[in-house]
Amino acid sequence: MLRRRLAPYLLVLPGGLWLLLFFVVPMVTMLSLSLQEGDVVTGYVFTGHWQTYADAIVNYRTQLVRSLAYGAVTTLILIVLAFPVAYWIAFYAGRRKATYLFLLLLPFFVSFVLRTISWRQILTDDGMVLGPLKHLGLLSSSAHILGTPAAVIGGLAYNFLPFMVLPIYVALERIDPRVVEAARDLYADPATAFRKVIFPLALPGVFAGVLMTFVPASSDYVNSAVLGSSSTTMIGQVIQSQYLTSSNYPTASALSFTLMAVLLIGVFAYARALGTEDVMKVAAR
Amino acid sequence: MTQVLEPETRQTPPAQPTATRRNRLTGGRVLHAYTWLVIAWLTLPVLIMILFGFNDTPGRYNQTWEGFTLKWYGRVFELDELTRALVTSLLVALATMLIAGALGTGIGYALGRYRFRGSGVLNLVMFAAISSPELVMGASLLTLFVSLGVGLGAVTITIAHVMFSISFVAVLVRARVLTLDRSIEEAAADLGANPWTTFWRITFPMILPAVGSGMMLAFALSIDDFVVTNFTAGTTTTFPLWIWGSTRVGLPPQVNVMGTLIFLAGVLIAVAASIRSRPRRRV
Repeated sequence: MLRRRLAPYLLVLPGGLWLLLFFVVPMVTMLSLSLQEGDVVTGYVFTGHWQTYADAIVNYRTQLVRSLAYGAVTTLILIVLAFPVAYWIAFYAGRRKATYLFLLLLPFFVSFVLRTISWRQILTDDGMVLGPLKHLGLLSSSAHILGTPAAVIGGLAYNFLPFMVLPIYVALERIDPRVVEAARDLYADPATAFRKVIFPLALPGVFAGVLMTFVPASSDYVNSAVLGSSSTTMIGQVIQSQYLTSSNYPTASALSFTLMAVLLIGVFAYARALGTEDVMKVAAR
Repeated sequence: MTQVLEPETRQTPPAQPTATRRNRLTGGRVLHAYTWLVIAWLTLPVLIMILFGFNDTPGRYNQTWEGFTLKWYGRVFELDELTRALVTSLLVALATMLIAGALGTGIGYALGRYRFRGSGVLNLVMFAAISSPELVMGASLLTLFVSLGVGLGAVTITIAHVMFSISFVAVLVRARVLTLDRSIEEAAADLGANPWTTFWRITFPMILPAVGSGMMLAFALSIDDFVVTNFTAGTTTTFPLWIWGSTRVGLPPQVNVMGTLIFLAGVLIAVAASIRSRPRRRV
């Protein structure tokens, strides 16, 4: 009997320890380091120096705000782009649903970095898109896409689209068709049925999709580094260079923690409104 | 179980006035075309990548089309550093798949089967690990490794990859365990099987599909990961890191060939897995 009671703990122990040691402890270490002063050579001392946060936020407020703005715009674009796709697959694709979902996930078999670089090749100043247009005189020869916010947001939208389609699809797929039929029987025209029945029932999926795209999009630094320019620098690039190039650990930690706090407050607010189970279920798809 | 009925009820539309029905059909066609447009957009860069693996370019500059060749397929492993990076990526992904598969299955099974103290905290930590920005996870691990004075390399990369994969495996396995019919296990126990035998002969085969897809997911997450790896790699290079490092210099066609081969392998495995699991799903 004792063995039975211990069983769950024994099963959970190795994985739980791994998460504790390499997820929870590092977060605490990072929080602590962000409040320390010193440098790599002489070592760090904990001084509870909150000023680091104030300085970091003031110095990099442009990049921080820009990242959140890019993340928000990307997320909004994704809702608009993804909803019709999820809707069609859920209600019209019939037996081919799995095939269409598979096609949407196909690009994931190619490395994220490689796909983004491929976009740079496509969008380059005299590449396969801009080249012919310029040749035909439809665009001025100085026209460019790379280096603009549009290129970065386009890249973000490209990379995270499936993460928006899937949760919306899951929510739509769960709708009992009889509910929609009941609305029609009660003389709702298709638009009203959509607005009053289908869309509200799809909202949990939209929320989950927002969660799964806004966080990675705002903290991304690959798209901006590959497709952007110095005027599109995102907070991820700042954190990355503070860590890996300048080894300015306290500032980098403070920035990471600020980003994390801003994003996670949003996430947990969502999770509370929805229930963790639901979000996790969608996240696992 | 209601899901089995759904497609049929949906296939027979209620009697509608023909005009609305025609609208519905046109709407469906427009959305169908739109879906294909989105799929094309998603696939375009992959096609470009595959295409430029066949480009007869003289050197490393692989930006413009020079003609068709298969020579890069014969010379895939010509660049030692790139080959080594690919091997590192594969080994790390394999180790991640096995470790995260085992640890995640333990957690998923326990959460699906037992009620125990601390399961709430565990769920919360897993939820946080799934939704935390990769950047922050990588950065915080780097902070830990630096403050402990741990040397960075393949081991620290694997530690990090296992960390972010465990939760995904656990969630998949838990979902499967929750759907299991316990009476089958009880029947085994009634017939005299001890808990150990019951688990390995009855329960494990039933959760195997979830364990398998969890492990495949862990492998895929690991081999593709760039952000967390960038923080935990030190001087070690993986396939995505090598690509990142040489973007400024120009990517050699070998990268396209390797990308194409990984793509094909992934697609083949996914198709094979879905064909294998199909008969079970229809039950």
